[in-house]
Amino acid sequence: MTKYTSFSTNHNEINVSRTGFLEIENLVKSYPTADSEFVVLNGVNLTINEDEYISVIGHSGCGKSTLLKIVAGLEKATSGSVRLDGKEIRKPGSERMMVFQHYSLLPWLTVRENIRLAVDEVLKKATRAEKISIVNEHLAMVNLNAAADKYPDEISGGMKQRVGIARALAIRPKMLLMDEPFGALDALTRGKLQRQVLNIWENHRQAVMMITHDVDEAIYMSDRIVLMTNGPSATIGEILDVPFEHPRDRAAMRNSKEYFDLRNHALNFLDHYFTQDE
Amino acid sequence: MIFHLNLAALAVAVLAAWRRTKPILIRDVVLLPLAGFLGVILLWWFVATFLTDLMPTPAQALVANLDNILHPFYRRGPGNLGLGWLLLASLRRVLIGFALGAIVAIPVGFLIGMSKKAMLALNPIIQIFKPVSPLAWLPISLAIFNLADPSAIFVIFITSLWPTIINTALGVSSVSKDYIDVARVLEMPQWRRITKIIWPASLPYIFTGLRISLGIAWLVIVAVEMLTGGVGIGFFVWDEWSRLNLSSVFLAVLVIGLTGLILDYAVGKIETLVTHRPKTLT
Repeated sequence: MTKYTSFSTNHNEINVSRTGFLEIENLVKSYPTADSEFVVLNGVNLTINEDEYISVIGHSGCGKSTLLKIVAGLEKATSGSVRLDGKEIRKPGSERMMVFQHYSLLPWLTVRENIRLAVDEVLKKATRAEKISIVNEHLAMVNLNAAADKYPDEISGGMKQRVGIARALAIRPKMLLMDEPFGALDALTRGKLQRQVLNIWENHRQAVMMITHDVDEAIYMSDRIVLMTNGPSATIGEILDVPFEHPRDRAAMRNSKEYFDLRNHALNFLDHYFTQDE
Repeated sequence: MIFHLNLAALAVAVLAAWRRTKPILIRDVVLLPLAGFLGVILLWWFVATFLTDLMPTPAQALVANLDNILHPFYRRGPGNLGLGWLLLASLRRVLIGFALGAIVAIPVGFLIGMSKKAMLALNPIIQIFKPVSPLAWLPISLAIFNLADPSAIFVIFITSLWPTIINTALGVSSVSKDYIDVARVLEMPQWRRITKIIWPASLPYIFTGLRISLGIAWLVIVAVEMLTGGVGIGFFVWDEWSRLNLSSVFLAVLVIGLTGLILDYAVGKIETLVTHRPKTLT
């Protein structure tokens, strides 16, 4: 049988584990409308450990991107709390760096200058030489040495996202937030980039929260998968443990029974919520 | 040997590519524009042969202007200057007025784009003044300055303001939210957010505004100089018309047009140099 924990969040269980690095408690997000209010997220409880790769998956409009933006500090929660390392998150901060779905590279800067800008802003104490070596190191990490002096308009989507990832890692965040980082890429590029990102992560483990709508991507990359129910008033439906050791081999995983079961379970969950909605 | 073969192959490929593109290139860049000019000259000739006492034919105009064309920078007395000097005098007025306009318009546009309050305060003023012909400012500026030259520059200054203000404000207010999010996540302070993100992001819009401003300024200077007199290409047009010397007017029209074209091209070049990216707006 597959291993996964399954619990209903309606009980509002508070995770008492002290190892929690990012702690989301009773998070509610709603927007005021003309006559009442529109609840996007209702009662989200989630704890992420210091070296854990978490995927959040759900149908579009379920508020998974909103959840990530609240963790990033780009949006404010209506109630509930989000803490990183015990400290309440109130505004955006570079210790929670984002990888954006549409790359968000600055088109007037070269690849190198895009990474350098982030390094300049965040690692203020570093010397010039240190900054240059940090930029070079991260360019090499994502294999972008050859394209370092090109402008974003001159490189492919996959390369752009590698710049986005290098920029995020270069400022050494405590936690990496990725908003459908591979969503805008073609299938072949996506597979290659997933492998690269997982390689980097396996070498420098850190807390990652990734939004995705791709079940295979979630199973391949993450330690736990958070399944969201449909919005409005979305919440966490189930959390699945992914029972594969790192480093992972995609081909071997795909042939295992666990993978098959896990995948079906996640897809059934998503289908169930989808049909219920109709 | 292989190297030689490669070279030969390359040469063949280049030749083939050239053969494919050459006829189109010559046709599009040389032949068709030439046909256009030829058409206009023929039309002019046609009209001039029927209205002999009013208009010179192209050939007559060319002969009459030979002195102006061959010696653009002559000085034959205080008011008798070559066409080149007149052109430079007009360019000087336009560039000073335009530069002053840009110095005022870019910060004002920035303010309007950044702050809703500034927008609400200044937008009505801009909307009212924008459709006013710049020439309407000439009496006011003559009253202020009492001199032709500063008055002309002031009119150009006013002319240059509106398109630059409006385009700068548009550029600043439409900076992609993605870029702002990057700045927020990196915890950029407000001033650096302006210099590092908003300024470069809105530069293409600012240049669009500058280009329109300069174009209109060049249109307006001719009319202003007709009214104020003095040294300048605009007054030259009026002066030659008063002497019933239409040939020179034809030459002046051509020179004014070419200069406007060069000015526009120059701003476009500066834009690509400054913004480091292919033009998305024209």
